[in-house]
Amino acid sequence: MGNVNAIKVYVPRDSSALSLGADRTAKAIAAEAEKRGIDIQLVRNGSRGLFWLEPFVEVATEKGRVAYAPVQPNDVPALFDADFLNAHSEKAVAHPLNLGLTEELTWLKNQQRLTFARVGITDPVSLEDYLAHDGYKGLANALKLTGADIVKTVTDSGLRGRGGAAFPTGIKWKTVLDTKSEQKYIVCNADEGDSGTYSDRMIMEDDPFVLIEGMTIAGIAVGATQGYIYLRSEYPHALKILNEAIDKAKGAGYLGENICGSQHAFNLEVRRAAGAYVCGEETSLLESLEGKRGLVRFKPPLPAIEGLFGKPTVVNNVISLATIPIILDKGAQFYADYGMGRSRGTLPIQLAGNIKHGGLVELAFGATLRDLLYGFGGGSATGRPIRAVQVGGPLGAFLPESQFDTPLDYEEFGKIWAVLGHGGIVAFDDSVDMAKMARYAFEFCAIESCGKCTPCRIGSVRGVEVIDKIIAGTEYNKNMQLVRDLSDTMLNGSLCALGGMTPYPVLSALNHFAEDFSPRGSGLNNQLQNQEKAKAA
Amino acid sequence: MANVLSTETLDAEVLDKVQALIAQHKDMPGALLPLLHSIQDGIGYVPEACYLPISKALALSVAEVHGVVTFYHHFRSHPAGRHILQICRAESCQAMGSEKLEANIKSSLGIDYHQTTADGAITLEPVYCLGNCACSPALMMDDEVYGRMNSQKVAELISDARATS
Ligand SMILES: NC(=O)c1ccc[n+]([C@@H]2O[C@H](COP(=O)([O-])OP(=O)(O)OC[C@H]3O[C@@H](n4cnc5c(N)ncnc54)[C@H](O)[C@@H]3O)[C@@H](O)[C@H]2O)c1
Ligand SMILES: Cc1cc2nc3c(=O)[nH]c(=O)nc-3n(C[C@H](O)[C@H](O)[C@H](O)COP(=O)(O)O)c2cc1C
Ligand code: SF4
Ligand code: FES
Ligand code: FES
Repeated sequence: MGNVNAIKVYVPRDSSALSLGADRTAKAIAAEAEKRGIDIQLVRNGSRGLFWLEPFVEVATEKGRVAYAPVQPNDVPALFDADFLNAHSEKAVAHPLNLGLTEELTWLKNQQRLTFARVGITDPVSLEDYLAHDGYKGLANALKLTGADIVKTVTDSGLRGRGGAAFPTGIKWKTVLDTKSEQKYIVCNADEGDSGTYSDRMIMEDDPFVLIEGMTIAGIAVGATQGYIYLRSEYPHALKILNEAIDKAKGAGYLGENICGSQHAFNLEVRRAAGAYVCGEETSLLESLEGKRGLVRFKPPLPAIEGLFGKPTVVNNVISLATIPIILDKGAQFYADYGMGRSRGTLPIQLAGNIKHGGLVELAFGATLRDLLYGFGGGSATGRPIRAVQVGGPLGAFLPESQFDTPLDYEEFGKIWAVLGHGGIVAFDDSVDMAKMARYAFEFCAIESCGKCTPCRIGSVRGVEVIDKIIAGTEYNKNMQLVRDLSDTMLNGSLCALGGMTPYPVLSALNHFAEDFSPRGSGLNNQLQNQEKAKAA
Repeated sequence: MANVLSTETLDAEVLDKVQALIAQHKDMPGALLPLLHSIQDGIGYVPEACYLPISKALALSVAEVHGVVTFYHHFRSHPAGRHILQICRAESCQAMGSEKLEANIKSSLGIDYHQTTADGAITLEPVYCLGNCACSPALMMDDEVYGRMNSQKVAELISDARATS
């Protein structure tokens, strides 16, 4: 297999690809090649993000990579029979799994991949591959700038926090830069708790060096020499890959003392979280990193001023940090030229739930939900109408069809009392029971509440009870009013957005899908009858 | 609180292991979580009998250690089965029928969440998103994620797991 002329065959190692059997496919290809005495070079790349087509196999050709997908182990002998390694041959082209050149697939061609430029293309743990695909160009530029100039570039790019709160990254960095301290920290929030999101996971598993580079630049910009990646414990593959990439970066002088021969030092360590959703909230995260329970801290002081171990700390989401290298490489204006209004650049959108073509779509801000759901997404997986979508995770609002033309833009979503959050879009078909979803929102808040403030700790538990009463038809009007009062209390009285935003899914369900909240068994509820029919079908 | 914790004793071998892990981690900044992870990875759970040695090494109270262990869903204070099956209960998986799957799994294993099958093979846990939402419904057996699950595929996974140690 050491032959450099051997044909390269790519089989992803991303967890979603693995979850659909990519390892078995890779093994079958290697075994069949050996059996037939054919020399191949098997590369375990990241995923291109077309998850409905995983395992997504590619073969390198002089015209570019040709895709075959989805490939199950039992497809493999037939692929060899069809001479699939000679991907432009008549027989190979005629094979039903041959999709042609990957780069020509409309699903990919219609995207603007900036943060995800390399994802699916490179071998995630190959530093050589990273360097060959524009890796560490951003750092090279950053090393020529002062901290203040790096911060200015980030500010001018218009990048806003991709964790969900959309606070301008450059302004946050400036606060840390301007706060005098011997010790400062860069903390990457890799807790990715939101249901329907996986873009952080993909960056960490499929292009870990871009995150490492982004954090290194952040450290140089604000004068921090230590970084931590706080990684959710549900991502064991990401943990392995990050540690492997960190070791390689260290070995090659991209981490440690005197980075690339400069006076700058930056060290990086991955820390595992322990399954608490609230620890994605930045101050709870810092408590957890310090070895404590994840109780939310009062703000101010902001972490930028008093963060980890009381020191000035940049806390940024994986995507925010992974977007820094391309900004430093291509310039602030290049990035700011994408987008609409005050939402500059691109958003890695994650299509999830009941959707035919689920996967990662990176687009400039401004596309509509409908483009995503029906253009990229191809409608629901079940073929039934999409009735509701939840955007922005468990704390995001549910949107009905009448709002599907809203452009993806932080301010436009704000106007309809919804959030973009971390860019997750979860589709539900018409069998969804929105009262149940509202109940679940309260239930989730009750399970995950840190317990520090009453509106969240008690309100969420009460919320579950009240929705149960509404569903049962007990004192209907009184309890409907109670849900609204309870939501008001949580909105206004919670210390953090867990309690403070749980009313988004609850009230949006109530406002847009009121029919699902009518007492059950009243015979008046058409929607519920539809659901019964849908379930029976 | 402390007297509730001391009912369990560890055998010498396990205690040695725990002491070694404590020595290895105690000087890290924010050592407690990495230490608890290493203990759970090493012996499968965090025995309450560890609280005292941990608290001594990290200059914490036993109650503080207890508070941290119980705050995080990931840490268990009792041994689990040979395999851990986590079913995703979050929205994307719900949209693809995870509730039915969850009910089927519970009834076929004859256990509820946080319980272990009588043969000691499988402990069932809920999880809120595995980052595999484009392939819902998803679940995790030990460290491997599985997507687009149905009852039949889960049954195969479970019987494979039962057949391995
Ligand atoms: N990605 C996920 O998995 C996930 C999960 C749950 C919630 N969320 C999102 O989290 C959001 C709420 O987050 P939050 O409570 O951290 O929001 P926030 O508005 O309090 O803070 C946003 C960020 O800006 C910083 N900041 C604010 N003012 C600053 C200043 N003057 N100088 C420097 N830095 C400043 C904060 O420290 C923080 O890092 C929600 O909108 C939700 O979408 C994301
Ligand atoms: C309950 C709760 C959970 C959160 N979870 C995450 C998370 O998993 N990942 C994340 O990046 N931000 C999360 N956030 C937002 C963080 O508090 C913070 O705004 C973010 O890490 C800042 O990074 P950014 O500016 O790059 O987005 C959460 C907030 C709340 C209130
Ligand atoms: S709103 Fe909930 S999670 Fe947030 S601080 Fe209050 S109790 Fe904790
Ligand atoms: S932790 Fe303060 S109310 Fe319980
Ligand atoms: S919601 Fe189940 S994997 Fe994300």
